[in-house]
Amino acid sequence: MEFRYEVEGGNFSRAGHASSAVKKILKQLNVDNRIIKRIVVALYEGEVNVVAHAHKGSILVDIDEQRIEIKIEDEGPGIPDIDLAMQAGYSTASAAVREMGFGAGMGLPNIKKNTDELKIASEVGKGTTLEMITYLQ
Amino acid sequence: MNISTVVELLEARLICGDVNQEREFMYGFASDLMSDVLTLDSDNLILITGLTNTQVIRTSEMADIHCVVLVRGKKVSDEMKQLAEENHITLIETPFSMFRTVSILHEAGLKPVY
Repeated sequence: MEFRYEVEGGNFSRAGHASSAVKKILKQLNVDNRIIKRIVVALYEGEVNVVAHAHKGSILVDIDEQRIEIKIEDEGPGIPDIDLAMQAGYSTASAAVREMGFGAGMGLPNIKKNTDELKIASEVGKGTTLEMITYLQ
Repeated sequence: MNISTVVELLEARLICGDVNQEREFMYGFASDLMSDVLTLDSDNLILITGLTNTQVIRTSEMADIHCVVLVRGKKVSDEMKQLAEENHITLIETPFSMFRTVSILHEAGLKPVY
């Protein structure tokens, strides 16, 4: 099963729409609640990152019996130093993002913690792509 | 601890959710930073926050948090309430400060996460 969601940069009132939709799908598929939580927390962190940093993005979700693969692609500033961005506490978030309760530099480390496989590719000035795989068993 | 006890102890107003629900809460976490809330693994947790925006509800939805206490007399917006109802999240408003709220709930048996 494949699903696609569009994410609008800067629009915090809609942030979480895709994650919420994916959560409902996984519940319908009777995936274990603990695994659902890991998947949607990672996805939501990724979705919030697009809203917080990028102009726009898309989320592609591919689910089969064994695993869920999520690809989050954005058009935005990119990440100059991925290793640095992976460090807990490192953040480039604006004051507006912090007022929303985010931007503590926990996003990418928390995505890593909640996925089985994570790939990050980024080009400065172009955008960032996250690919995350989580096994459903 | 159940919802009716929380409402009574905090002299609070129940905005949405059933006051007589049987769900028992064991843990409390107080934060205005949703990034930190998303790192928690605990179940049966009450989130205590002074942040009032829809991302508090979205964060709770993703983290399987079923009760949110808004402190310092902060008001729940219509959008927050609607989203909380859709996701079966109980919302409570208390006039007390975050520190006072935490002290009362801890004294009544709610445990810290870490």
